[in-house]
Amino acid sequence: MIYLTLFLEFFKVGLFALGGGLAALPFLQDLIVKYGWMTAEELLNMIAISESTPGAIGINTATFIGYNTAGIAGGIIATTGLAAPSIIIITIIAHYFREFNQHPLVESAFSGIRPAVAGLIASAAFELARGGIFNLEQLQLNNNLLQFFDYKSLLLLVIIFAAIRKYKKHPIIYIISVALIGIIFKF
Amino acid sequence: MKKLLKIFLIFFKIGAFTFGGGYAMLPIIKRELVDNLGWITEKDIYDYYAIGQSTPGIIAVNTATMTGYSLRGVKGALAATSGFIMPSLIIITLIASYFKRFQQIVLFQHAFAAIQIAVVALIIDIVIKMWQKSDKTKISLLIFLTAFLLLVVFDLSPVFVILGSAVTGILTQYFRGNLKAAYLNYQNENQECDK
Repeated sequence: MIYLTLFLEFFKVGLFALGGGLAALPFLQDLIVKYGWMTAEELLNMIAISESTPGAIGINTATFIGYNTAGIAGGIIATTGLAAPSIIIITIIAHYFREFNQHPLVESAFSGIRPAVAGLIASAAFELARGGIFNLEQLQLNNNLLQFFDYKSLLLLVIIFAAIRKYKKHPIIYIISVALIGIIFKF
Repeated sequence: MKKLLKIFLIFFKIGAFTFGGGYAMLPIIKRELVDNLGWITEKDIYDYYAIGQSTPGIIAVNTATMTGYSLRGVKGALAATSGFIMPSLIIITLIASYFKRFQQIVLFQHAFAAIQIAVVALIIDIVIKMWQKSDKTKISLLIFLTAFLLLVVFDLSPVFVILGSAVTGILTQYFRGNLKAAYLNYQNENQECDK
């Protein structure tokens, strides 16, 4: 019963992975070793592809492993298994959140959480920019400030940011046009 | 039924254009659900995202489920989540079956490297807008900076950052004396509702 195994194992990953797709990776590694579904190298390749295609990394990886193990149905079942705990837990939380979000304790807690979420999102942008746009390691290595930034990327960042602030178009428009720029100017 | 289909399609679009972690979906959710449709407020999205961050599971899926539920209950949650997952299923299945050497396709590498930069720009824009819409107090600024430093420099788990900021929020309101007033207000309102 490969389908049942896939569903249950990915359900477990979804239940215990706290903090998104990358947090799920150690669990996936264990799984693959346990069942011998693929080699560690294949897994790494798969993660690299999952990161550079649209969609959540965890979901992409689950679809991949499921498909490789048991075809199209396997992909669907692994992904459903991974998402199922979220759907169950969040539905319960959402129900109570709707009831209690006017409660003073909840309201004041969220008055603290909101600026922290902004910090969380800013740190995600920082991590994404590290390596792509600026490179701390290079700076430490050469002590040369000129090599700190990748100027081509920095220029693109400034242009795109200015366009976003000025034209306020749909985010998808920027993603598509930047993908084309990336191909034309070989980023 | 029409609304459910719309929820499904919007989240399908979001799933098809989210490159990176759950944060990368926020600019598109905001555009579709807040700016275009006015179904939820900007504040709601960030609350849902905070909940999605601090509960088990994939953050993007949690956020989609939470948003879908707020729009149309359990059915809305299922519509949003299945819509969000669908592009992954299709794209990854195609790649796994036809492009075994996807990574070696240089075009995709260039496109992806540039997309990451666009995501950085979109996220900076979102953070600025969050600040403009916030209460702009010193405490908020302090929480923002502390959270950023804890995550970037000390690599602390987001779960602890959210829990810590929740406690800070409660204590701040308590020491300002807002909590007690709000509580009395809340009780009064509930009693009126009961009558």
